Amino acid sequence: MSETSSDVPARPNPTVFDLFAGFFMVGICGFGGVLPWARRMIVEQRKWLTQPEFTDMLGLCQFLPGGNIMNVTIALGSRFRGVAGAAACFLGLMTAPVAIVIGLGVVYDRYADFPPVHRAFVALSAAAAAYLLATAWKIASPLRGRPLAIGVAALTFVVIAVLRLPMLAAMPLLAIGSTLLLRRFRA
Amino acid sequence: MSTLAQLAAVYGQLSLLAFGGANAVIPEMQRQVVDVHHWMTGHEFAALYALAQAAPGPNMMVVSLVGWQVGGILGALVTTLSVAVPSSTLTLVVSGVWFRFKDAPWRKAMQAGLQPVTAGLIMASAGLLIESTTVDWTAAAVTVVTACLFIFTKLHPMLILAAAAVAGAIGLAG
Repeated sequence: MSETSSDVPARPNPTVFDLFAGFFMVGICGFGGVLPWARRMIVEQRKWLTQPEFTDMLGLCQFLPGGNIMNVTIALGSRFRGVAGAAACFLGLMTAPVAIVIGLGVVYDRYADFPPVHRAFVALSAAAAAYLLATAWKIASPLRGRPLAIGVAALTFVVIAVLRLPMLAAMPLLAIGSTLLLRRFRA
Repeated sequence: MSTLAQLAAVYGQLSLLAFGGANAVIPEMQRQVVDVHHWMTGHEFAALYALAQAAPGPNMMVVSLVGWQVGGILGALVTTLSVAVPSSTLTLVVSGVWFRFKDAPWRKAMQAGLQPVTAGLIMASAGLLIESTTVDWTAAAVTVVTACLFIFTKLHPMLILAAAAVAGAIGLAG
């Protein structure tokens, strides 16, 4: 399997099972977001990609729709082992977290009416929403000092959160409008 | 249309709309699940989102949880695969030809244009969630205090979430 000789320096040639196992560990570890864990496994531990290669792949995956790390599993898996590799990475990442989250759901369903559990979930929900707010804050920070970009972000907020327009219609218009507007004014 | 087919239709659509990841489609997910299909209340949706945050794994986990709540194990499989397959197929195709367009001006222009839209979408997600989680003034206080901790301290996010849950359980909040 590792007989392929070429002029590039020896690189790891993970099997379908290696790909599954690597992402399985990422799925188990990734509390509060899997990106840092995925980078650590891919670049530092298993050295499947160099840091610049990883950054480039992540850039592509953020540009495309879908979960960022979910897209990384597809791009990385298919690069090494085609469709089977992509499926192995994806299943490796998702299997354990899906099982765990449904287990939590069962526990929540059974004990939701027990007052301390109910109160814990009210507070946990509030904190989880605040975590998303903090994430939004960090993602919006490159917009500071760019009134036009802030305007686009504010308009998006109003269209989606206040007017509650369907995203399927609103999103292409916002994306295209924003691209043309920002290019026109170089903001 | 059966519920499973409806779940597949909703999440298949969300898959191709998730520019900037799962968090960007929380408002549309909430709109579809709560307002359009009446599968659960806004408060229940927020609770599932919180559960998903407390679990390991990618932040797509709320998708599986909603599927499970609406249609059992089969529902979870349907939503998880529906949200994954369309965007993954696109990624499979595009990642092969990506390097050819690395420095294309249209790609850079689109990336710049998408940035504020993504930021606005995630702000909208946060705003709508906070609207449904703020059931009383103690919940509002938890949101404000933890938001400050998430933004201004380097504490591990799981630590802050756990502290909020404990504070709620012992009656300090919630």
